[in-house]
Amino acid sequence: MPDLVFEVFRQERKGKPLEHAGSFRAPDERAAEIYAREFYGRRHESEALWLVPRSAVHAIGDFPEEFDKSYRRVDGYSLRAQLREARERAGTAESAPGGRAT
Amino acid sequence: MAEDARTREFVEYVQSGGQVEATDWMPDEYRKRLVKFIEMHANSELMGVLPERDWILRAPTLQRKLALTAKIQDEVGHAQLIYRVVEDLGKPREACLDDLVAGKAKFHNVFHYPTRSWGDVGVIAWLVDAAAIVSQKALLKTSYAPYARIMKRVCWEESFHILHGRDVVLAMVNGTESQRELVQEALDRWWKPLMMFHGTPVPAEDDPMYFWRIKSQANEEARQEFLDGYVDQILELGLTIPDPKLRRNALGVWEYTEPDWDELMAVVSGHGPASAERIAFRKLSRSEVDWVSRVVLAEAA
Amino acid sequence: MSERTDRLLQIADDELFLGWRDSEWTGIAPFLEEDVAFSSIAQNEIGHARALYELAAAELGTTADELAFDRRPDEYRCAPLVQLRRLEWARTIARRWLYETADEIRLDALKRSVDPEIAGIAAKMDREEAYHRMHAEMWVDRLLATKEGSTRLDEAVDELWPYALGVLDDELRPELRRRVEERLGRTLSEVEAVPRTLHEAELAELWKEMTVVRRSEPAGSQW
Repeated sequence: MPDLVFEVFRQERKGKPLEHAGSFRAPDERAAEIYAREFYGRRHESEALWLVPRSAVHAIGDFPEEFDKSYRRVDGYSLRAQLREARERAGTAESAPGGRAT
Repeated sequence: MAEDARTREFVEYVQSGGQVEATDWMPDEYRKRLVKFIEMHANSELMGVLPERDWILRAPTLQRKLALTAKIQDEVGHAQLIYRVVEDLGKPREACLDDLVAGKAKFHNVFHYPTRSWGDVGVIAWLVDAAAIVSQKALLKTSYAPYARIMKRVCWEESFHILHGRDVVLAMVNGTESQRELVQEALDRWWKPLMMFHGTPVPAEDDPMYFWRIKSQANEEARQEFLDGYVDQILELGLTIPDPKLRRNALGVWEYTEPDWDELMAVVSGHGPASAERIAFRKLSRSEVDWVSRVVLAEAA
Repeated sequence: MSERTDRLLQIADDELFLGWRDSEWTGIAPFLEEDVAFSSIAQNEIGHARALYELAAAELGTTADELAFDRRPDEYRCAPLVQLRRLEWARTIARRWLYETADEIRLDALKRSVDPEIAGIAAKMDREEAYHRMHAEMWVDRLLATKEGSTRLDEAVDELWPYALGVLDDELRPELRRRVEERLGRTLSEVEAVPRTLHEAELAELWKEMTVVRRSEPAGSQW
């Protein structure tokens, strides 16, 4: 029957990121604080809680990738072939540890 | 994309382990079955409170009183978490509760039976919660992601319940002759409902819940897992299980007396020994606090 | 029994029976979120009772459980306020609020006790009860904000007022009156406080049910 939905973010231990832990309903923010403590803190399992009214959450879910943007990521790079050539030229091919590409 | 093709793609996706969020497109049938399944789970958590509530008042030590109250509090919390999932799928909690008190909604068989003694308290917390956790662990892999996420928390909390239940049973089994008898008597009554808990042995390929990967485990598989985990734990306490046919065969598969599946159907649709009384109790306690929702909504406005 | 122990038992019995009463709402509170929060409050109270019993038990050479369960109904020292069975939300809130208000006054005095154990446990209880007070205040505000709510709250407070006064010693009662009247914005009638020595019939009923399992086995049995 209470009207507002609150999203709960929970920090398990100091230093860890806050993670989404669930949601509940409450009539207002004051009640939300009281209820959140009991829902996500009654076993002293949370270092910290953030309560956010669902209406304040701006969700984004679409990320178009029309063109190749792999130059921004690690998987956009392949050095293996070039490294092999460079080692052969330098005569260091056999002593390269395990023949690793990097 | 045509509806059928889209649905086929969806089925392939979930059957290969894909998960779905609340805002993703989903076939109508998937959504309908999902709501029904999850709603039944929420109802079960809520109705599960009723058999145990009476014993809060009668707990024989302060620690037991605290532990039992906390366990039941957890069940209410689970109901809340699970109803929230149903709400985000489009069915408001109030509608679920309306259906429940009108006797139109289903909830798990075990919560339709009466509790008679402190022995029941131990057996329920230990073995009913154990049966539940087998299903709940399988639900960690459900295709519907919001449901899977709250199952994590539910499983974590249920693990305390099982310990508490086993602790209660152990104290009595190590106690007086009459305490031992109380536990055995409770086990004698709860064994049949426990054997029915995971549902009929419908093969996975014939189970629509499995088709959509809402369930990721066939009913019989769950039952076998329960028996694997707990029969030995029960027997090692010197308790007996009231099924002469129960045994593990040469292939490691548990054989047992076939439950009366008609009885299960009847019970789950509200004809169990305590069903009417419990639904009436829920209805009454809900109508008694109707005025509170009026006040709460008016104040928030 | 020393006066100290007597005092400990008074508060322990108050917390025990109020916790027992409040725990009756588990599963049937007005809505689920409130159910969970309210159950925590009930558990806290029983936790307080347990800690207080342990202090008393040390002096009496017994255990907390024996003090909680194994006395006769007429041996308990709880105030009549907590003995009443009032499974109705307005009365439940009124009782919670009146009790917490009285308890805050009582704990304030105990926190200044020269006895470090008493002062220590009073401080711990007070820190937890700050959250109980937050919860009670929220509900009082909520009920007072609507006509229907405030009518129901007023009725409940008026009914429970004589009992609330009986929670405190004579000299602390005026302070309770001052706080309650200020909060409600009205004067409460002059009434006789229901004294601690007067036990409600409901206490014996509660005790019977509370001890039915425990009494089914000989004293000293493990549960």
